[in-house]
Amino acid sequence: MMSREPAERIEAPFAGGVAARLVTGQRLLLNGVLYGARDEAHLRFTDALDRGEEPPVDLRGQVIYYVGPTSPRPGRPCGAAGPTTSGRMDKYTPRMLEYGVSAVIGKGRRSPEVAEAIQKQGAVYLAATGGAGALLGRCIKEMHAVAYPELGPEAVYRITVEDFPVTVAIDGRGDDIYRIGPARYRMECE
Amino acid sequence: MREIAVSLITDKVAQLCRDANFELPSAVREALEEAKGVEESPQGRRILGEICENAAIAREERIPLCQDTGMVSVFVEIGQDVHVSGGSLSEAINAGVARGYKDGYLRKSIVSDPLFRVNSGDNTPAVIHYDIVPGDGLRLTVMPKGFGSENCTALGMLKPADGRDGVKKFVVGAVDKAGPNPCPPVIVGVGIGGNAEKALLLAKKALLRDPQTPAVNAEDARLERELLEAVNKLGYGPGGLGGRVTALAVHVETYPTHIAGLPVAVCLNCHSTRHKTWEWRGEDDE
Ligand code: SF4
Repeated sequence: MMSREPAERIEAPFAGGVAARLVTGQRLLLNGVLYGARDEAHLRFTDALDRGEEPPVDLRGQVIYYVGPTSPRPGRPCGAAGPTTSGRMDKYTPRMLEYGVSAVIGKGRRSPEVAEAIQKQGAVYLAATGGAGALLGRCIKEMHAVAYPELGPEAVYRITVEDFPVTVAIDGRGDDIYRIGPARYRMECE
Repeated sequence: MREIAVSLITDKVAQLCRDANFELPSAVREALEEAKGVEESPQGRRILGEICENAAIAREERIPLCQDTGMVSVFVEIGQDVHVSGGSLSEAINAGVARGYKDGYLRKSIVSDPLFRVNSGDNTPAVIHYDIVPGDGLRLTVMPKGFGSENCTALGMLKPADGRDGVKKFVVGAVDKAGPNPCPPVIVGVGIGGNAEKALLLAKKALLRDPQTPAVNAEDARLERELLEAVNKLGYGPGGLGGRVTALAVHVETYPTHIAGLPVAVCLNCHSTRHKTWEWRGEDDE
């Protein structure tokens, strides 16, 4: 893992071929547009896909951020906006990647099915620091709901970010930082 | 007999909700700073740095520490010689939560029904625990807790024969199962004894203790040290990306139990361990 390397600035959504060359452990600073979506938005979105309906927003080629932000104070673009636990989206992620989402950002372990789908679709899973909501919120320059606004923090948000820090957690080869990292420091308990 | 107006309680709860979400307790901040010196993983040290910077930004700019501003537990210790006037105490507390979450621009994360899941709109209701104590004082502790860590809660109804080793295995197993999800470094609250709900309440309340303060009972303190060492061998480290500091502290609380049982509960709190206490000192405080 290349954690000592300086972070690389990358445009979001990714240009062709970018996802494929990212390596687990690599640090990135994302610039551009992310789409915020969590549990309920995923449920509705995949339901629409399964029914053959047009989803309310085109997420093909986009980067999804698992986030339910706090509402900002007046005059500010964003409140706290750190990642939520990704595992709750495991059920939906293979479907979303098959549909065409190119990367997802969250925190925590993914299921083997998700890791497999990431490899198959040439996608990538990125980790943001859980609980750093105030710090990450500062990297968000613009944010507004673009689908399911009635869901409040669970709506789909279009999010413009500047130097949003993430670490590659599962790359196209299936290497998983949540397995490799702890294994390196794990000591046998008696 | 002393009298306290519900309106004062509402005001205080609102303020505690805001402050708790913006200000990481200083003891937790110190423990995180200290962890930077212990952590061997460069990724882990970087994440600890981010966590400390996050706490500084939240405090200065009054932005929530974490977007998951939690479900609120309120621990009330009320003297039996206190008279609450002007309405219902529970309603006053919930009104305070609603106001604090609105005025503080905190996230409303509560759905009114666990199955039909419609947002209640003001982060109420809180979960309120009352303790009636001697005297004429009042102490309110507000603890907003996110569900990344709450979802990792574990309860084991062990057999007496499982003993101390069984308890250790269960606690370490719960932290291992949670892995990166509760945003490590965590604080581990362990409740041993009582019955099922007592063990859970002990474990939850154990999270309120400062990370630097060991259990009063020497045996419990020894168990805490052993558990902390074992948990930090798991290797998850800050953010779960690998490292030495998976937990800042393990806090054990015990209670008498039944001859046929050995309940043990584990509550994890993320590094964003938030709580704030107010103590009523009498009329002049208003
Ligand atoms: S576990 Fe804690 S720090 Fe992590 S997202 Fe949830 S509330 Fe925030």
